[in-house]
Amino acid sequence: MTEILAGRLSQPAGRAPGIRGRGGWLRNTGVIIALAVLALILTAALAPQLITTADPDAVAPAEAFQSPSAAHFFGTDESGRDVYTRVVFGAGNSLLIGIAATAVGLGLALILGLLGGLGSRLGDFVSTRIVEVMFALPGLLLALVFIAIAGPGVVTSTVAVGLSTAPGYARIIRSHLRSVRSASYVEAATVLGHSRARIVWQHILPGALSPIFVLGTLGVGQAIVWASSLGFLGLGVAPPAAEWGAMLSSGRTYIDVAWWLTVFPGLAIVATAASFTVLGRALNARTRQEARG
Amino acid sequence: MTATPLLRVSNLSVHFDRTARPAVDNVSFEVAAGECLAIVGESGSGKSVTARSLLGLAPAGAHVSFSELSLAGESLPAPGARRWRSIRGASIGLVLQDALVSLDPLRPVGREIDDVLRLHTTLSQRERQARVLELLDAVGIPDPALRARQRSGELSGGLRQRALIAAGIAAGPALIIADEPTTALDVTVQARVLELLSSLRNNGTAMILITHDLAVVSRVADRVAVMSEGRIVETGETNALLRAPTALPTQQLLAAIPVDVPRGVPLTLPVDTEADLRAAAEADVGAAAEASPGPVAISEPAAGPVSAAATSNHATTAASADSAAPPALELRSVSRRYPTPHGAPIQALDAVSLSLTAGTTLGLVGQSGSGKTTIARIALGLETADSGEVLLAGREWGSLSARERRPLRPTLGAIYQDALSSFDPRLSVERILNDALSGRASDTRRSLTTTAELLDAVGLPQSLKNRRPLHLSGGQRQRVAIARALAPGPQTILCDEPVSSLDVSTQARVLNLLDELQRHLRLSYLFISHDLGVIRHMSDRVAVITEGRIVETGETEEIFTNPRHPYTQSLLSALPRVRG
Amino acid sequence: MTVSTDAPAAASVSTPATRLRSLGWIARRVGGGVFVLWAVATVIFFALRLIPGDPVDAVLGGPGSQASAEAVAQIRADYGLDQPLIVQYFLAMGKLAVADFGTSYALKVAVAPYVLTQLWSTLVLTLASLVVAWFGALALTLATSGRGRVARALGSGLELLAAAVPHFWLASLLIILLSNTLHWLPPISVPGPLGLVLPVLTLALPLTGFLGQVMRESLANAYEQPFVLSARARGESEWGVRLRHVLRHAALPGISLSGWAFGSLLSGAVVVETIFARPGLGRTLLSAVTIRDIPVVTAVALLSALTFIIVTIATDVVDRIVDPRVTEVAAR
Repeated sequence: MTEILAGRLSQPAGRAPGIRGRGGWLRNTGVIIALAVLALILTAALAPQLITTADPDAVAPAEAFQSPSAAHFFGTDESGRDVYTRVVFGAGNSLLIGIAATAVGLGLALILGLLGGLGSRLGDFVSTRIVEVMFALPGLLLALVFIAIAGPGVVTSTVAVGLSTAPGYARIIRSHLRSVRSASYVEAATVLGHSRARIVWQHILPGALSPIFVLGTLGVGQAIVWASSLGFLGLGVAPPAAEWGAMLSSGRTYIDVAWWLTVFPGLAIVATAASFTVLGRALNARTRQEARG
Repeated sequence: MTATPLLRVSNLSVHFDRTARPAVDNVSFEVAAGECLAIVGESGSGKSVTARSLLGLAPAGAHVSFSELSLAGESLPAPGARRWRSIRGASIGLVLQDALVSLDPLRPVGREIDDVLRLHTTLSQRERQARVLELLDAVGIPDPALRARQRSGELSGGLRQRALIAAGIAAGPALIIADEPTTALDVTVQARVLELLSSLRNNGTAMILITHDLAVVSRVADRVAVMSEGRIVETGETNALLRAPTALPTQQLLAAIPVDVPRGVPLTLPVDTEADLRAAAEADVGAAAEASPGPVAISEPAAGPVSAAATSNHATTAASADSAAPPALELRSVSRRYPTPHGAPIQALDAVSLSLTAGTTLGLVGQSGSGKTTIARIALGLETADSGEVLLAGREWGSLSARERRPLRPTLGAIYQDALSSFDPRLSVERILNDALSGRASDTRRSLTTTAELLDAVGLPQSLKNRRPLHLSGGQRQRVAIARALAPGPQTILCDEPVSSLDVSTQARVLNLLDELQRHLRLSYLFISHDLGVIRHMSDRVAVITEGRIVETGETEEIFTNPRHPYTQSLLSALPRVRG
Repeated sequence: MTVSTDAPAAASVSTPATRLRSLGWIARRVGGGVFVLWAVATVIFFALRLIPGDPVDAVLGGPGSQASAEAVAQIRADYGLDQPLIVQYFLAMGKLAVADFGTSYALKVAVAPYVLTQLWSTLVLTLASLVVAWFGALALTLATSGRGRVARALGSGLELLAAAVPHFWLASLLIILLSNTLHWLPPISVPGPLGLVLPVLTLALPLTGFLGQVMRESLANAYEQPFVLSARARGESEWGVRLRHVLRHAALPGISLSGWAFGSLLSGAVVVETIFARPGLGRTLLSAVTIRDIPVVTAVALLSALTFIIVTIATDVVDRIVDPRVTEVAAR
């Protein structure tokens, strides 16, 4: 829902509900919590040994299906592996996939958006049609069709997620560029005698590309959710590796006996995605406030 | 004035924040039956909050207190009380300023009026329908049956305002509160709406007219209360008060009205630091802001070539304009059409010819949709005419390509109505001005080459240079816009409604500034406005435009005292004057 | 597509001209939809031919199969794979134009009728979810329509969850809670309305949170408009203001977002149908993707796109009927 979320926040003032006021204690606490969660996850991704001492792949058949306890915070799985350790080690994979997918999506969107927002009539026509075609297969459908063509795997599923987020971003970037391009301050710069290149460079691009950072932050959370969905469907990271979606996928078989296999990796996904979203929204509110008040 | 007033208000105060100055401060007044009281003041004076408090509709977060609030001898309920619902609409009607959304944009206009009847009368649905049509007819809306079915977006501004009035009077209230009922309207439409309001009052309905416009007041009101900073500073019978105002805010308001102040005479500006400080505080600015000495002292480098002109008064400037020099800007028989999706194209301009003599001001006056903006865009080279010629200082301009125009652009500046949106929101005042300075023409005069000099010239303190336009007051923004227009060293400046969105006192100061700058820097202005008063005050010559055609051009005084074209005559007769 | 510069007074309710304009608009939308379908089919067709790997392998059940050369040649001829690429393309497009999607590689049955039966199941699921989400959001909006801090926090919290909770996890939680622990509902989608409850809940809950937040903000926005003051000044009651005026404005974004919401439901259906073992387009697509059953993938893709396009056009039409201002905005 990120593309709508971000798009909604960047609509013209007329019909955009937007974020009112400077935000109360709740928003600030929210941002602080989000930053704390992200710091934890980043630590888990970069240096998992700091948070857990166990080996994520250490099999211990005798200890299979233990419910959460002091020894195993999140319980153990069907092979007796420690779920907590696997969640910690999974952070790196999940985060990397999320960031890579967002980068792919934004990169593609940037090309399409710039073509549509700054290009000629023809460029705009082409880019708009491409975005329309991509939009016709919403979300996972586009990702699945792409995987059907390119074959399953980590790389294709990452690209697939990026691809399915791209049209939303492209539309936002294009409309931002268009609105900035027709802004009266751009006309005022023309009247001052500034060259077209200078106007594009000095006014249009900085004004229109500022949402990219916000989009990226909002997008990583969404990309993690989608990538884990693909993992859950068995189309992402192959099961033995510690990745949240894949863990959930294998945990699904035992949902009747071991709820912890489903709950904890899922919680990790939700916490990460929610933190990115909170942060993205706060950034968005700030840039909007700075730009327009 | 009758013995028992219809409405009595005593010691009304409204606080939003206990620590801050109250929005309405101990206000008391009375309205007699059938009387029209005008409450006048600039934005932020507390007049609208006062009006809403009379209906128990003060904005959320307001704390309202009073010692008496009574209608026809009966005291009005406490805010939030259920009984208000039988008073609003039935005993007191409210007419808001026309905005696209003063009527629910999703409902037919007739339904909005019908609501009042449904709530306050026992008429059957059929009777109500008939009554709605009667009301629409009574406020002068043609073809009421059609209009009743339309939604507000399908009506013109004048019709919407009439529909709002119809809703306000539908249940026959004894008192109508009209909040800026003519502000958004063109002058001829405004005149007709004022006539409608007058006729209501003549039929015995009492009225409170909230407005910033003293000219409107003098047409309709019996008595006037002037508000400033939440207080009523002066009350009196309309003619007497306007003739001999005693309170300073009233005098300022009157002095700032440009309508009958001849060319070159500054709109009197008593130095009122307190008000300026308040305006600055409201604009969320810390320092003294608008308190500007005006461009009395243009910095040293300007002294050379300019000082001669600076000593001469305006009449001589106009006369001394070198008649041999080519016009600063000239449009020869310019036409422009816009295609519409289906149907005939709109003829926005039809063979328009204008000539702006160097060193003078040409006022271009017309109502909304008359083609003023198209002329501005064509003159600025943002759009190309379909046919005709545009010359800038005698050189071909209209037919040049964007690239060919660029070297000439610094000689032609522009000031826009909405200053804020004409600035890149990310840039500080200093960056904005530096940007503009970097595009200076090669042959410009030596004056005003730094940001500091520019700020001086427009009477802004240096301390503002690090602010972003968003954090400036309206007047300050327009001054920055003027400074930016001056930066490239232009000979001609196109002013497109430069003061239309400003309060009248701020407007006066900005007009004075433009006037002084013209004298010091020998600028030529193409001054576009819908406001006849502003045009008369600023212009040497005037062109009147309607429906894309210039119907009359001439010396300002000639046009204003002896208009020839019927359209000009109708404009002038519609123009509300304070001492009409 | 031009800016409507003419005075608003010039527009009127439903003259032949405006009706013609609306017809033209719908025609353009339908034309655009056909173009999109053609483009999707073309892209899939050529992308498949550019990717290394032989479609014959997919027919035979994977690259490891030990089929004879004759069998391979036979399959090539059966599926038209021995023709030149451009001929294959036009043949394929010609068949698609008459809704002939060929034979499934894996199931060896005609794709079109098979996929159509799946479509119905998915439509029931997604439309039911949309309706539930819509009314849930409306109820939520009315319940929290005060402008208090608590309502705002609740609203943005729900919206946050909507953006961050994956369908598959929500489904798992609901199964754990409502089936395995409370034994209220079957964990897989049995036929009949009872089997629909969990899948619909899974799809509708996040959407409810999201739509509810959008509507709530737009309600708060509407409350600040002058027409609300006008209505109150006429003596309208609080509920009168709410029901007669602001609720319509609050519902508007709900309507205009419905097309998009339907898309997100189609996407979510892939996961939900899989988890609850419910027949439908999503599950069909997933199994076809896993075994690279290209005719089925193509058919599902086109059918989903077609459904999505139809729903989008329908919501846009409703949007224009409810809110006349949309026409002017959309024209820009």
